[in-house]
Amino acid sequence: MSTDFDLDRPWQVDPRVSMRPEPFGALLYHFGTRRLSFLKNQRVLAVVRSLGDCPTARAACEAAGVRPAELPAYARALSVLAESNMITERSGL
Amino acid sequence: MTVTHEAHQSPGAAPKLTDLFQRGLDAPICLTWELTYACNLSCVHCLSSSGRRDPRELTTDECKAVIDTLQRMQVFYVNIGGGEPTVRPDFWELVDYATAHHVGVKFSTNGVKLDAAAAARLAASDYVDVQISLDGATREVNDAVRGPGAYDTAMRAMGHLRAAGFEGFKLSVVMTRHNIPQLDAFKEIADRFGAQLRITRLRPSGRGADTWDELHPLPSQQRELYDWLVAHGEDVLTGDSFFHLSPYGSALPGLNMCGAGRVVCLIDPVGDVYACPFAIHSEFLAGNVRDRGGFETVWRCSPLFASLREPDTGGACRSCGFYDSCRGGCMAAKFFTGLPLDGPDPECVQGHGSAALASVSGAVPKSSEDHSHRTSPRSSGPVPVTIGRRRPPVHDCDESPLAGFTA
Repeated sequence: MSTDFDLDRPWQVDPRVSMRPEPFGALLYHFGTRRLSFLKNQRVLAVVRSLGDCPTARAACEAAGVRPAELPAYARALSVLAESNMITERSGL
Repeated sequence: MTVTHEAHQSPGAAPKLTDLFQRGLDAPICLTWELTYACNLSCVHCLSSSGRRDPRELTTDECKAVIDTLQRMQVFYVNIGGGEPTVRPDFWELVDYATAHHVGVKFSTNGVKLDAAAAARLAASDYVDVQISLDGATREVNDAVRGPGAYDTAMRAMGHLRAAGFEGFKLSVVMTRHNIPQLDAFKEIADRFGAQLRITRLRPSGRGADTWDELHPLPSQQRELYDWLVAHGEDVLTGDSFFHLSPYGSALPGLNMCGAGRVVCLIDPVGDVYACPFAIHSEFLAGNVRDRGGFETVWRCSPLFASLREPDTGGACRSCGFYDSCRGGCMAAKFFTGLPLDGPDPECVQGHGSAALASVSGAVPKSSEDHSHRTSPRSSGPVPVTIGRRRPPVHDCDESPLAGFTA
């Protein structure tokens, strides 16, 4: 799995993705690719939710209370979402 | 349903997803909705024993009320089937209503109504997906199961979708002993039409119970199928229906568990809610969308669904070293072959199913609903008058059932 996710770029949830909160986190469904994905806890849900409002993914992680030591794990989780087009880079800052 | 990636936090911190799903979700991820029992075909393995419309089928307004509920529950999409759903006069109206209410639609069809205009309309929408059913890569193999003309109908429909530029629609195949040797040929057909191949498991449900013995894959073919699936990975969709093959090696892509009543369910044409599309039997009937509280209450409060969401004990399979990979297999396959639900699948690849089947005694349960055509399968053209299983007696006094039958 690639881990070269760029935390310092602006990201957003793809507009064709529907997100449903669940007790364990959230379910995501992409209407374009017709693929399903999962967020396995509340914190990663908070990160994903705030991506579109934060200047960078790193800022979204910080806003959700992710500690520096945890950042690599969150970068991996976000890279998985990026690979399946659930989140996409926003163009222009 | 197709599950791809899981985005999770630091390793080891979260429980397994299948364990979370086992306890059920507040709403299904997707559900199967059979809009009508009416069908122009009479496939010998039809899991809903479809053919004739049921006069109690949900009205257009009732269907729209169900869609409103699904929107409220944030059900991502519905798998619409039947019968042949497109023969309902309000089919397109309901598709439009669902997508306008953010409920995605994936529908299965034999292609009978899929002309150039319908294909163009489908190609224009991100929120509608189509599955064309084909159970043989050749006319002979397909039509032996789906009836004369079915192969040509499906091919014509796929041609229309291709011409309209619909990329990635699904070619949907139920695997039988006669078409497993055609796996590569199905993949070629799908590629030729710009479609994605989707293969699913044959179940002994509906009329499938009558043809199970002749159609279900031979033990040696199970291995062939597994190896083929491993080689093709996520290129080929399976509806996660082959998890009973997992003990051959590594788990197949997707969610390897039975989702009945936990993450999926069925709404049948008269509004009855069953745990899964392969289990149309009173044992698995959770309620009806016409009941007070509607579908939402059935999903959240049905005692049947509550019991399905309790932890699995594993039963007779518990001592088997492969239980974690196959979870005992398919509930419907067990039920309709007379096996206990907490024991092995009839097609258990460790061979425990055949041993269990040998000890089944007495009658095997039958599906509760049967809407089969009362006569021979209908062909798409004019009905030839010389064919017919039941004809009036040649003479008033001649009561032999074979009288006049010269074929």
